[in-house]
Amino acid sequence: MAKGGALPKGFERPSDSGSQEKYEVKPSSKTITLRISKFNPEKDDHSTFLEFTVPYEKWTTVLDTILEVKSHQDHSIGVRYSCRQATCGSCGMIINGKPRLACFTKISELDSNVVTVEPMNNFPIIRDLAVGFERMFSTHKRMKPYIIREDSEISSGTKEFLQSPEDVEKYIQFASCIKCGLCNSACPTMAADSTFIGPQGLAQAYRYVADNRDKGKDERLRIIDERHGIWGCHFAGSCSQVCPKGVDPAMGIQLLRGYLLGYRK
Amino acid sequence: MMSSIMRESHIMKIHYLTALVAVGFVIIHIMVRVTQGFSNSLEFESVIANYKSIPYAIVLEAMLILISVHGFNGLRIILLELKQGNAYENAVTYGCLAAMIALIAYGSRTIIMASMGMV
Repeated sequence: MAKGGALPKGFERPSDSGSQEKYEVKPSSKTITLRISKFNPEKDDHSTFLEFTVPYEKWTTVLDTILEVKSHQDHSIGVRYSCRQATCGSCGMIINGKPRLACFTKISELDSNVVTVEPMNNFPIIRDLAVGFERMFSTHKRMKPYIIREDSEISSGTKEFLQSPEDVEKYIQFASCIKCGLCNSACPTMAADSTFIGPQGLAQAYRYVADNRDKGKDERLRIIDERHGIWGCHFAGSCSQVCPKGVDPAMGIQLLRGYLLGYRK
Repeated sequence: MMSSIMRESHIMKIHYLTALVAVGFVIIHIMVRVTQGFSNSLEFESVIANYKSIPYAIVLEAMLILISVHGFNGLRIILLELKQGNAYENAVTYGCLAAMIALIAYGSRTIIMASMGMV
């Protein structure tokens, strides 16, 4: 930045400007009330909300505010996070009533002075905002999330499996899943049916069924064609609405049904 | 288990098909009622006469079967979503199947008796 030039809003030039220029962030005057759900299944009967006043800037995410509280106000808050860039899928939670990634949701976009964070629905609570992913991961594994075929790209005498852009287009959207669990959290069928495969698993089943390199279509269709499988979906579409990666599991489920009803091959 | 005898997709194909065909038969049924006039068609003699017409009795029998199959499978799906567990699920599945067969049998008996002039 040119010396003496205009600074972005929120920054100020230090008064003792020496040979090394340092720019500091002004403490924000804007604050929100952050309500965090506290629940320890080993001790508590029900969850309670703790309220904290937290400063924020226009770039502050919900995860930033939670970590601010955890660092300076209440170290006991249980929260899972890792990459902070909507890639690892660790920080899914209910923010102001909607399942979202905390690292991908800015306070400023919520248009509210009160931000309430709760653990995701349809998952067992480990503590506070951290939930258990065991069931989702085991369902994901059950869908055989890998290319099934006898030959291999890496064995000698074989060559790379080629795909046209049109072939890739059929499944690439579904390959963006980061297993954050927001779709399962938003699913009304999952709330009622504890054994339902769920939108995450079904979308992943579609991802591999639609991949023309894969030869495990019949195997996967058999897995999802069960009492608590694909037919449990009522097409509420909330899974697609909350997906932070634009996967659209509801569409994947409808496309999978096409294979089972015989109008897709 | 019904699901082990039939794959769920086969059951759902029957579910969707019975709904579509039942709508067709209900349209026929309503059209016939409209041609006769609603108030007259509900007279006792008029109702009994319907059963004595073999093609119309077949339409009624088909509607009975289609709506029973569709309705009881729908009920099974709802009940399976409410609660899970092998014993419960088998009870619901076989209970719905038994209720469906009982309703079709009782309804068929009524249609047959009325068409044979036993009512």
